[in-house]
Amino acid sequence: MFHWLEKHPFFFSVGVFLVIAFAGLVEILPSFAQASRPVIGTKPYSILETTGRQIYIKNSCNACHSQLIRPFKSETDRYGHYSLSGEYAYDRPFLWGSKRTGPDLMRVGNYRTTDWHESHMKDPSGVVPGSVMPAYRWMYSNIADIPTAYAEQLTNAQFFSVPYNEPIPMKDGTTEVVKMANNVTDAHAMALAEAKEIAVDMKDQNVKDAVARGEIPEIVALIAYLNSLK
Amino acid sequence: MENRPLEYDYTVTKMFMFTTIALGIVGMLIGVILAFQLAYPGLNLMLGEGLAEYTNFSRLRPLHTDAVIFGFTLSGIFATWYYVGQRVLKVSMAESKLLMFLGKLHFWLYIITVVAVVISLFAGVTTSKEYAEFEWPIDIAIVVVWVLFGMSIFGLIGIRREKSLYISVWYYIATFLGIAMLYLFNNMEIPTIMASAPDGSHVGGNWWHSISMYAGTNDALVQWWYGHNAVAFGFTVPIVAMIYYFLPKESGQAIYSYKLSLLSFWGLMFLYLWAGGHHLLYSTVPDWMQTMGSIFSVILILPSWGSAINMLLTMKGEWQQVAASPLIKFMILASTFYMFSTLEGPIQAIKSVNAIAHFTDWIVGHVHDGVLGWVGFMIMAALFHMAPRVFKREIYSKSLMTSQFWIQTLGVVLYFTSMWIAGITQGMMWRAHDEFGNLAYSFIDTVTVLHPYYTIRGVGGLLYLVGFFMFAYNIYKTMSARPVEESELQSASPMGA
Repeated sequence: MFHWLEKHPFFFSVGVFLVIAFAGLVEILPSFAQASRPVIGTKPYSILETTGRQIYIKNSCNACHSQLIRPFKSETDRYGHYSLSGEYAYDRPFLWGSKRTGPDLMRVGNYRTTDWHESHMKDPSGVVPGSVMPAYRWMYSNIADIPTAYAEQLTNAQFFSVPYNEPIPMKDGTTEVVKMANNVTDAHAMALAEAKEIAVDMKDQNVKDAVARGEIPEIVALIAYLNSLK
Repeated sequence: MENRPLEYDYTVTKMFMFTTIALGIVGMLIGVILAFQLAYPGLNLMLGEGLAEYTNFSRLRPLHTDAVIFGFTLSGIFATWYYVGQRVLKVSMAESKLLMFLGKLHFWLYIITVVAVVISLFAGVTTSKEYAEFEWPIDIAIVVVWVLFGMSIFGLIGIRREKSLYISVWYYIATFLGIAMLYLFNNMEIPTIMASAPDGSHVGGNWWHSISMYAGTNDALVQWWYGHNAVAFGFTVPIVAMIYYFLPKESGQAIYSYKLSLLSFWGLMFLYLWAGGHHLLYSTVPDWMQTMGSIFSVILILPSWGSAINMLLTMKGEWQQVAASPLIKFMILASTFYMFSTLEGPIQAIKSVNAIAHFTDWIVGHVHDGVLGWVGFMIMAALFHMAPRVFKREIYSKSLMTSQFWIQTLGVVLYFTSMWIAGITQGMMWRAHDEFGNLAYSFIDTVTVLHPYYTIRGVGGLLYLVGFFMFAYNIYKTMSARPVEESELQSASPMGA
């Protein structure tokens, strides 16, 4: 049979394709729907959080930081409850990372503050002596891109039925609504309202001035995202 | 009629040989910079505060991996295909104007895509998915480049004189099919310009932005099904194709066993795809998938070692060639590193080992003994073998080759040994508890302890880069300084000098 295949490239290629495609079908398809259901308490990202998440991706934070807590005592001691599949239901793309040059960030919002992030992103080794993390000073002057984040929210809502403007069940039995704007002007206004709450806790005068002017520096959006990780 | 041997046409091969060398330098240089940035973080500001955004570790990291995978390795794959393909199918590119045109188009579109990738990654335009960072417009360009590669493969096969496909061709076909399937499914994404505001107004935003079709755990599953097998069909399958051609050619020995090559080929094809789950051990993907990933990773030793042993036994009775010829040295060391990293990988895929190894530098070390030792050595060996035939000149310096071999081997050894120690040290420190059950170390303790190993790794990488410059120089001098031979060197060893 193999000799025959080697003289018939078409059938050879079909054979190879079937053999390599098989594993993917068996491994990926069966649990696809189940793995994408959110757990109680998982909310979609707000406009400023979505913006911050894009900045996280733009700077490949995931190259050094994981967002996946494995079910070991040492990990739950260090980072909090181990990760559940449904917590990632609104993560497009997923940001588990593959290397922990720095610590895991899955629940960093539980134990770090706006103030801490502000100082740390400006001068990591000033806050954590011995840190090898680079500083991200340009984020204090670069202005965040709200329209792209809004387009991402819309895409999530329209193509993947992510529940914006709908009541979402929380762990304590109440419900919460994550609002999404009707147009990009409103989206910017909503982002600015979120940014003002963050800027109150920040010290950098340029950032505060920018927010007061109605501009949102990247660092503010990034902190909004990091604070949402719980 | 004709008794003369076929005159093969190496136009496209030459083009891809240049990009193999140029992009190899780019990828490895960035790698060395990254290594030293981890040892000495001040280097993140090497071009000053103003350019910090473009020189810091996180912006450069994807550029390094993509330049080595899709620049250096892929160019090497294309260069060898346009050389090996003609020879084992016994047909010249010059016989078909169409194939020649497609080959050149393939090259120039590839160059345009590379430029687009470099600009977009520097600018921070990325999807974040490893080795699939490119946004949808570049994805489309990559698909076109890949289709052209496929047309070249099947086009040459279509007009072949030799009816039986040689082993290398099996592997090139598998490379084409495997990457095509994986790339398409992993990069399914929705451009965000397709969404519209509820009140019908203009949204704006970057037109190139997109989001993945899959969310969370599913996205991770598809990504590592891709990520792991991009390694399979980029770093293993086509490199095996090369060694099956170049080792017998260079040594004058026939392949040791046809049956072993059959077993290895079909075994590799069937088993490799299952093993992707080992990137997701103890994650939120279902347990049975994780277990499958582990088990198949271990079974994968069989076909991997099958190919490697087949190569080593091909040298049976001719081992003096390893001492005499630096080119044979490169290939034998390559298959040895192939055996080494295909044993190391399955060890890391065992769940209890993975609990320590995952997220650490041991994984980085594993990738590099594979890529530096196996992929890098084999591609350089292939270029060394092709250069005298393509340029019709003897290799410029044999002693330079030998020095390069030892410098790079030392570099690889420093690289993986330091990363072993770094990874296991860090993995053990993360999980250490004191007598009261508290964590023994804060995270930063597990970072500062790595400094000496990061420095050694940087030195190892630098040695490899130095060797690569020697390689580039040797090829350059071969092209320019040597007298042109009358005709292609039919049977001469490139080791004539």
